[in-house]
Amino acid sequence: MAIFEGLSSKLQDIVNKLKGKVRITEKDIKEVMREIRMALLEADVNYKVVKDFTNSVTEKALGSDVLESLTPGQQVIKIVYDEMTALLGGTTAKLTYSSKPPTVYMLVGLQGSGKTTSCGKIANLLRKDNKKPLMVACDIYRPAAIKQLQVVGSQLNIDVYAEENNKNAVAIAENAIKHAQRNGYDPVLIDTAGRLHINEELMQELRDMKAKVKPMEILLVVDAMTGQDAVNVAKSFSEELGIDGIILTKLDGDTRGGAALTVKTVTGKPIKFASVGEKLNDIEPFHPDRMASRILGMGDVLSLIEKAQESFDEKKALEMEQKLRSKGFDLNDFLEQMEEMQKMGPLDQLLGMIPGFDSKAMKGLSVDENRLKRIKAIIQSMTKKERSNPDIINASRKKRIASGSGTEVQDVNRLLKDFEQVNKLMKMMNKKGKRGLKGMKNMPFPF
Amino acid sequence: MGFFEKLKKGLTKTKENLIGKIDNAIKSFTKIDEDLMDELEEILISADVGVSTSMELIDNLRESVRSKKMKDPKEVANELKELMKNILLEKKYEQKPEQEKPNVILVAGVNGAGKTTSIGKISKLLTSQGKKVVIAAGDTFRAAAIDQLEIWAKRAGADFVRQREGSDPAAVVYDAIVASKARSADYLICDTAGRLHNKKNLMMELNKIYRVIKRELPQSRVETFLVIDATTGQNAVNQAEVFSEAIDVDGIILTKLDGTAKGGIIFSIYKQLNIPVKYIGVGEQIDDLKDFDEEMFVNAMFAE
Ligand SMILES: Nc1nc2c(ncn2[C@@H]2O[C@H](COP(=O)(O)OP(=O)(O)OP(=O)(O)O)[C@@H](O)[C@H]2O)c(=O)[nH]1
Ligand SMILES: [Mg+2]
Repeated sequence: MAIFEGLSSKLQDIVNKLKGKVRITEKDIKEVMREIRMALLEADVNYKVVKDFTNSVTEKALGSDVLESLTPGQQVIKIVYDEMTALLGGTTAKLTYSSKPPTVYMLVGLQGSGKTTSCGKIANLLRKDNKKPLMVACDIYRPAAIKQLQVVGSQLNIDVYAEENNKNAVAIAENAIKHAQRNGYDPVLIDTAGRLHINEELMQELRDMKAKVKPMEILLVVDAMTGQDAVNVAKSFSEELGIDGIILTKLDGDTRGGAALTVKTVTGKPIKFASVGEKLNDIEPFHPDRMASRILGMGDVLSLIEKAQESFDEKKALEMEQKLRSKGFDLNDFLEQMEEMQKMGPLDQLLGMIPGFDSKAMKGLSVDENRLKRIKAIIQSMTKKERSNPDIINASRKKRIASGSGTEVQDVNRLLKDFEQVNKLMKMMNKKGKRGLKGMKNMPFPF
Repeated sequence: MGFFEKLKKGLTKTKENLIGKIDNAIKSFTKIDEDLMDELEEILISADVGVSTSMELIDNLRESVRSKKMKDPKEVANELKELMKNILLEKKYEQKPEQEKPNVILVAGVNGAGKTTSIGKISKLLTSQGKKVVIAAGDTFRAAAIDQLEIWAKRAGADFVRQREGSDPAAVVYDAIVASKARSADYLICDTAGRLHNKKNLMMELNKIYRVIKRELPQSRVETFLVIDATTGQNAVNQAEVFSEAIDVDGIILTKLDGTAKGGIIFSIYKQLNIPVKYIGVGEQIDDLKDFDEEMFVNAMFAE
């Protein structure tokens, strides 16, 4: 239903119209800005923030020369993109440690924004820095909120401090710090109750807690799906309590996430983490450039390439390439490649990042764990010879492989067909060399 | 505090609330012109009504101004209010007739929207009418979700059917169906785990729960509710669209209207998907749930 899904194509039209100019005129900018404004509003950027943003970009773009490689339209878009990336980023996004341990972090935010899960995720991250974190259950209001943090703690094997019968969240937090000092915990992460920014009493509770536990950082947890109200929430928490950073949650959804720009602009505080799933390791450092293209609906090529690079071990890739050149691609490589693809995350998500890629057409393309398992079983039931030379797999071999892997002959057939297609594609990509990634668009993914 | 006051208080809490702005907008204008229209459009957008629905409303408003020959900016505000009410009144929640017991209510939505709390509130509403209610702990995924719901069941005086964390939610619902029949419950209310609508496998899981209910209770009235946090922006339309594919959503529960968010996204949902709001949530207490009243909602948005 996202009406402005096609921003890239609209911009493309403008780009085409403005070809061949050397200087950007006011009219060029106006045309692009109209589309940008709509895109930003549809992406839930606060309307005032949109106004300020488009004004400042207009000023920057006005009269600027058109870069050799670009058209005026592209140039304006580039300015928009760069400006937004700069606005979303800036200050360093790392968590700061106190010189006097334990370092205390408080997580605050509206109800249902994702504080408890984020608390677990960050504790888990920090533990990897050789720390011994302690999580503190200060949501004394919501039913079973304490229990929720305790379960998260036991899943992660991270200790949780709670006082089931204490009705004073500030006192619990204070006791937790003492407990941490006595037992060598550092850092201390305080999970607070969700609250409305207009609830005076509960905002006071946070101020009291802040005064007592002197947190190194107060992190505001914001749901990426938040609409125009993000401006009120960010303002209130920032002005009445003071915050040091932002955690943006539920970015694994399909929201454009304009709230990110709103909260960053309103508070001036860095977005430190992006939370991208329900599993306790689904948290990433925040990438302003990716977020900028997501908000603008331009697709996220950078992300795709970066993700691919992360997952594909460079050495392995080189090996693969040499193999391709010499003997081609066999079923062992096929299996390996599929495992790599799986590491890169859900395929539909990945392909959705390619600009102009129709996400609707992607339905049904997610990497199915079960199928992968089955494919693995099938390939593992083949002999070495069969794996490196699938052509020899005749009917009787197929039968043996099927029964060995607990599948049907038709599963084996399907796998061999998929393999053949991928093999063809690999050859094609190999010919195209470095530009090969573009071929992914049409890759017949066997999942 | 009565509900209208609570809603109004929420909706008018900040100085930047809708009506304050509309009033100011109107006051600063002595005649009806394009600047006034732009201002009004911006106000709608700031209430999460969305660009296209806001533009459409303003286009219709312009049309009314012309055909009704309006001269006074104040009339324009009233007309806008009427236009907004009309959208909501076009599709009121119609309760399907009751059939064999138990009546089933299935509640779904994205993470943290307010499903579990709303179930507590609905259960209380029903038990206080003397109905026997069974609640099924269909969120077997989130940490302590079962314990949370159990506390609400106790508060509401409802029976509670659960299995272990991690078990198949459809199996829990199946158990609860059997229990509801055995205990001749009037209502079976099923909680589900929060899920983002773009997670295909999770939407299939939800659809499976729905199918189990339909299969096991073909003669029962099944109502499906999507819980939407009023703070949500344009993504709520995607939510409504995709959840509808899985469980054929009958109505929306719009929560957290006690905050400063206006919930204007429902206008787009009405226009594009024809799904009405059934309940609104106006707080965290057990009686903070009200039947949605179209007039009242728009009035509260515009109240002084
Ligand atoms: N202010 C306010 N808070 C609400 C309302 N409804 C629910 N909440 C709060 O929102 C938070 C999330 O509510 P839950 O009922 O746990 O939401 P859920 O959809 O079941 O969440 P998950 O099962 O984790 O996906 C809790 O802190 C609730 O108290 C409401 O109408 N107003
Ligand atoms: Mg729940």
